[in-house]
Amino acid sequence: MSVIENRPKVYEGSRIPSPIPTALAVDPEKHPLEDILTINFGPNHPSTHGVLRLVVDLDGEMVAGVSAVIGYLHTGFEKTMEQKTWWKCITYPERIDYVSFQVNELAFVLAIEKLLGIGVPRKATWMRMCLSELTRIHSHLVWLGTSALELGAISMFWYTFDDRDTTLDLFEMVCGTRMHTRYFQAGGLAEDIPEGFYAQAREWCKKMPKAIDEYEAILDRNAIWLKRTKGIGLLSADDAIALGQSGPVLRASGVNWDLRKNMPYLAYDEVSFDVPVFPEGDVYARYRVHMEEMRESVRIVSQCLDRLEEMRGEPWIADDRKVVLPPREELHTSMESLIHHFKIVTEGYMVPEGEVYQCVESPRGEFGVYVVSDGGPKPWRVKFRAPSFVALQATATCMTDAAIADMIAIVGSLDGVMGEVDR
Amino acid sequence: MSYDGIPSLVETTGGHGETTLVVDAARIVEACTYLRDELGFNFLSDLTPTDYLGWGSRGVSGYIGTAAGRDMHGPGTQGLARVPDPKPKRFAVNYHALRLADDPARVRVQAWLDDGEEIDSVVPIWPTADWFEREAWDMFGIVFRGHPNLVRILMEDDWEGHPLRKDYPIGGEPVRFSGAE
Repeated sequence: MSVIENRPKVYEGSRIPSPIPTALAVDPEKHPLEDILTINFGPNHPSTHGVLRLVVDLDGEMVAGVSAVIGYLHTGFEKTMEQKTWWKCITYPERIDYVSFQVNELAFVLAIEKLLGIGVPRKATWMRMCLSELTRIHSHLVWLGTSALELGAISMFWYTFDDRDTTLDLFEMVCGTRMHTRYFQAGGLAEDIPEGFYAQAREWCKKMPKAIDEYEAILDRNAIWLKRTKGIGLLSADDAIALGQSGPVLRASGVNWDLRKNMPYLAYDEVSFDVPVFPEGDVYARYRVHMEEMRESVRIVSQCLDRLEEMRGEPWIADDRKVVLPPREELHTSMESLIHHFKIVTEGYMVPEGEVYQCVESPRGEFGVYVVSDGGPKPWRVKFRAPSFVALQATATCMTDAAIADMIAIVGSLDGVMGEVDR
Repeated sequence: MSYDGIPSLVETTGGHGETTLVVDAARIVEACTYLRDELGFNFLSDLTPTDYLGWGSRGVSGYIGTAAGRDMHGPGTQGLARVPDPKPKRFAVNYHALRLADDPARVRVQAWLDDGEEIDSVVPIWPTADWFEREAWDMFGIVFRGHPNLVRILMEDDWEGHPLRKDYPIGGEPVRFSGAE
């Protein structure tokens, strides 16, 4: 891990409010209580990234107290998944965080595979990495566009969404749909990689670094952007760890921690990339982490393409008829294949009894899946450790001494996706 | 790494490359404090209960679409290959702790509770447990003693019941905001 040496102190001591760590109470010595105006920020407000509601106590322009209210998008994913077969459940994690769909699907599929003890062909592993990084870029582009939009940089939104579109074109080419692909299966991938993918992805890899340079050119010399992000929403490394922050928020507080590097999964130990870390702990540092991460992800994607092109003609899914659908053409000639196909589709496959916690580095941080199986075709319990849910716990700490206008920048920089927060 | 020094440790189990430490629920704070201060588990990844009501009995994990489920143990069905091992009590509270350091490690601390039993809050140890414990209360009705603000988080304040319990009905709940009241 190692926190950066000789880093500037973000602030002295801890700022986590007490006794409730996630709610900032009004301090009567700093803010006279008769001046306090309590307002509802959200749940329907264009800059709350969905349906987040903040109850804010204002003293003039300054935020004196704040507490977050969530649950407006609660749809009971975890309860629903207990009623579905493992096979059908794969579609659900994607819809929880609709911006980083492929990474969420990956975490759940890896958890099933861990319980099943099934091996995965190397082509599937590399393709999963490739698509995970494409998703990371997609998610960061959405983040960048909307966060800049909220601070008044409207043109950013059009630029990033243009490039997001070409990223989604790649998904459409491989998986048939632009989002919520259900491309990862227990055992590998749903389909082989189409021939045209490599050329189009290479072109995308060539274009993307230039596009990121352009975003920086727009924002990094924009006096308003700098003024509204630098020194705002401070979070020290110790507070970030105590509050369970992960991903860009943690790395922007000077903690060098990335699951892809520190606890590698898939084949992340075989690709070269750097983990961007910035010690300032403010909104600007979070922006910097996002930008550098996009560059690193492009690097990983092109390395994946190199390896995948060598694997042309290799299998993309494990050969285990109890878990994996048989090839379509076999259904016309083989009775056993027909039975297997029928069983998997109607009843689902059996997953051995056990419990696992599987986590991956999603664009927002540590996305974990805790699953319990009783040996039957349905999960007994599924729990998602959503990084956005945890990130919003830091709003109160970040909001210390903030003005109401800073609040927009802070909430944006924590990158909460409400679908994932409320599940 | 040795976990033998953890106070109130009941047993250590493994499987799938993970470590589960079953501890005495009454002394959960002691165990977690030891984990954080002596073993360096400074990061709480996740906290979640599981309801094991009906674990291993018929119909629970049954066929799709039938109200009563299917008898998984009857002859002629391709049900469970074996009846799962019984669990000591109804609820397991799982704490997934991470040592965020150069030599990272993960453990699952597990404490068992019966319906109505309470457990001490770990918010003083890991502040991030705040919302996790509120969610656990909201969804399972488990009371965390000493939590500074144990109110519902995902459901509305006046919601009745705890949805992720296994005896909470699926479908058929009263329609809210229907205008008929």
